[in-house]
Amino acid sequence: MEPFVKHTGLVAPLDRVNVDTDQMVPKQFLKFLTREGYGRVLFYDWRYLPGEKLNPDFVLNQPRYKGASVLLARANFGCGSSREHAPWAILDYGFRTIVAPSYADIFYNNCFKNGILPVTLSNEQMDELFQRAEKQKDYRLTVDLEKQIVTDDGGLRYEFTIDPFRRDCLLRGLDDIGLTLVHDSHISGFEDKNLRLPVMYDPVDVKYHKQ
Amino acid sequence: MAFREALSQLLQPDWRKREWLVTMRSAGATALPLKMPGNYPAGGKTNRMAARTLYEKIWEAHIVREEPGQPTLIYIDRHLIHEGTSPQAFAGLKAAGRKVRQPQLTFAVMDHSVSTKNRLLPVLDADALGQFEALARNCEEHGVHLFDMHSKNQGIIHIIGPELGITQPGQTIVCGDSHTSTHGAFGALAFGIGTSEIEHVLATQCLTQFKSKTMKIEINGKRPRGVTAKDFILTIIGKIGIAGGTGYVFEYTGEAVRGLSMEGRMTMCNMSIEGGARAGMVSPDETTFAYLEGRPFVPRGKEFQVAVDHWRSLATDPGATFDETLTLHANELAPMVTWGTNPGMVTQVTDRVPDPASFGDPVDREAASRALVYMDLKPGTRIEDIPLDRVFIGSCTNSRIEDLRAAAKVVAGKHVSKDLKQALVVPGSRRVKVEAETEGLDKIFRDAGFEWRDAGCSMCIGMNDDVLLSGERSASTSNRNFEGRQGKGGRTHLVSPMMAAAAAIEGHFVDIRDWKNADGAE
Repeated sequence: MEPFVKHTGLVAPLDRVNVDTDQMVPKQFLKFLTREGYGRVLFYDWRYLPGEKLNPDFVLNQPRYKGASVLLARANFGCGSSREHAPWAILDYGFRTIVAPSYADIFYNNCFKNGILPVTLSNEQMDELFQRAEKQKDYRLTVDLEKQIVTDDGGLRYEFTIDPFRRDCLLRGLDDIGLTLVHDSHISGFEDKNLRLPVMYDPVDVKYHKQ
Repeated sequence: MAFREALSQLLQPDWRKREWLVTMRSAGATALPLKMPGNYPAGGKTNRMAARTLYEKIWEAHIVREEPGQPTLIYIDRHLIHEGTSPQAFAGLKAAGRKVRQPQLTFAVMDHSVSTKNRLLPVLDADALGQFEALARNCEEHGVHLFDMHSKNQGIIHIIGPELGITQPGQTIVCGDSHTSTHGAFGALAFGIGTSEIEHVLATQCLTQFKSKTMKIEINGKRPRGVTAKDFILTIIGKIGIAGGTGYVFEYTGEAVRGLSMEGRMTMCNMSIEGGARAGMVSPDETTFAYLEGRPFVPRGKEFQVAVDHWRSLATDPGATFDETLTLHANELAPMVTWGTNPGMVTQVTDRVPDPASFGDPVDREAASRALVYMDLKPGTRIEDIPLDRVFIGSCTNSRIEDLRAAAKVVAGKHVSKDLKQALVVPGSRRVKVEAETEGLDKIFRDAGFEWRDAGCSMCIGMNDDVLLSGERSASTSNRNFEGRQGKGGRTHLVSPMMAAAAAIEGHFVDIRDWKNADGAE
């Protein structure tokens, strides 16, 4: 996972509440075997007209937001399905960080597993950011995870809070599984005391081998 | 060492050996040093005398490692996987040269993209086929139980876990699917995870988690006739909003919840995630134990009694405190219908489509306006006047035998409206399908003009060919009415199975309480 320390980039505003992960990556794109390449289908139904023509009414399609890497969003961003395809698509599209007033639990968690920083600010602060992004062409934000601040060139400076453990993992780009396996002896100890393997009392047609 | 030897025997990827094990176990053999199911220590550093919630008891019993300032490492008892979200996890495992730590604790099924028509025909969707093959290959390679699309036990993962008794009280259960909350109905801590976490569980059988807050949701009084668990949960989501439960685990309680069957409790817990809560739970009781007894993975005889004694101790203690409480009375409840593009946009069947201007909060107002445009509805329209194109009875929310019985009772002797393009019944599992067919429900549905299908997720998510076309409107017993959920441009109204059945007959919504064959009279 790529560490996230500090990022400066063009801002794109997505001014909708309750954006669910079905919108980020619709179901027809959940049938692949890889984690890559979902950027093309991010917000598919909003972004494209029939024939995959760009929908000019969708905000991310406006030329001024091309190349954006900071996404402004509204409350409860990422609700619904647990599909990690959603953060994969966001990252693959080019966003390194999301700034929103709140997130759905599973999506929030999934962001950290992929090196995306979801910053949480108040509704009032978000309103200000949306206004600035709307007014100023080429509006850029700097998100500094080390200092836990969001700044722009116009003197704006918002502090944000984040769980220290999550912050540390992102800063160092740590591999979650590797971190857990450091505690292998704890896991084995727990298993020695508690492990209960399922017992099948009536044979059912479970199989391990393809017939 | 004896333990390790027994363990390696159990891990043999040869199920005939397991059959031997089954025989031994049912003969009362106790040679294997397996702990009794559910026999976790009371656990934790907390004061044992303090009244605790079900959630706290399960959490504390699963702590592998706790460190101040860090999330807790908790053990996972059951890991459920399906073809849609697991391939990348296995690929990641392989790339890192890791193995599945406890293959016996993972169960796999093909459900999201399976055809509900003739499954003996070749799979035409090359991408779906790729996922089916990847799942079969991964399960074979790692020795994971697989219910493939031809298994007699195949079905939606949240239907088959409980129905086979894989799901039991006191367990921690995860799955790469947000509706994993369903299993909480048994007094388990069950929640959806992302693919990175699937890989984490495969490799370590653990997850790092932050402890959630708890919300008690109590429904007092008796369930009125024609009102179901689906209406309970839709009412709750309507009240708290779709983010109202973010950061919480719900525990449903109160007379009306206690009075629900396991099927009803599963429906409620299933949609906890639609209220923002990753998990919903119900304290286990006699209804839970009666449901579980005799299921393939549930202990038998004396062991069952031992298990039940333990399960009983899991229920939330009297006087335990919750971070939040929501109390409703059953007599305020009515059949519910969603009118918008999330499950919180919901109202009673006797109501009208709301006017966005009536919402105080400008954010809600704008969301409602956008939803009405998408849904092509005018404010003030009576819910009962909304005409339908398709009706879908199925999904992990409402496709269990009780749901099908209730719907069949409504349609028996009647016929689907000629205005409808399609009315679909998709049993949640092949076991449910067989049970329904034994009872003759398939015939009732077919005679009434419904299509009777094979088990799978089907039109809830539309990953197979069961979809809404653009502009079409459905009454659906599923869980999400997001834009495009059932097909691009499709418009979904969420309802209970009885409400969907009656709507299919009339071609528009009707108040099921006006029909004499509405179930649930108390």
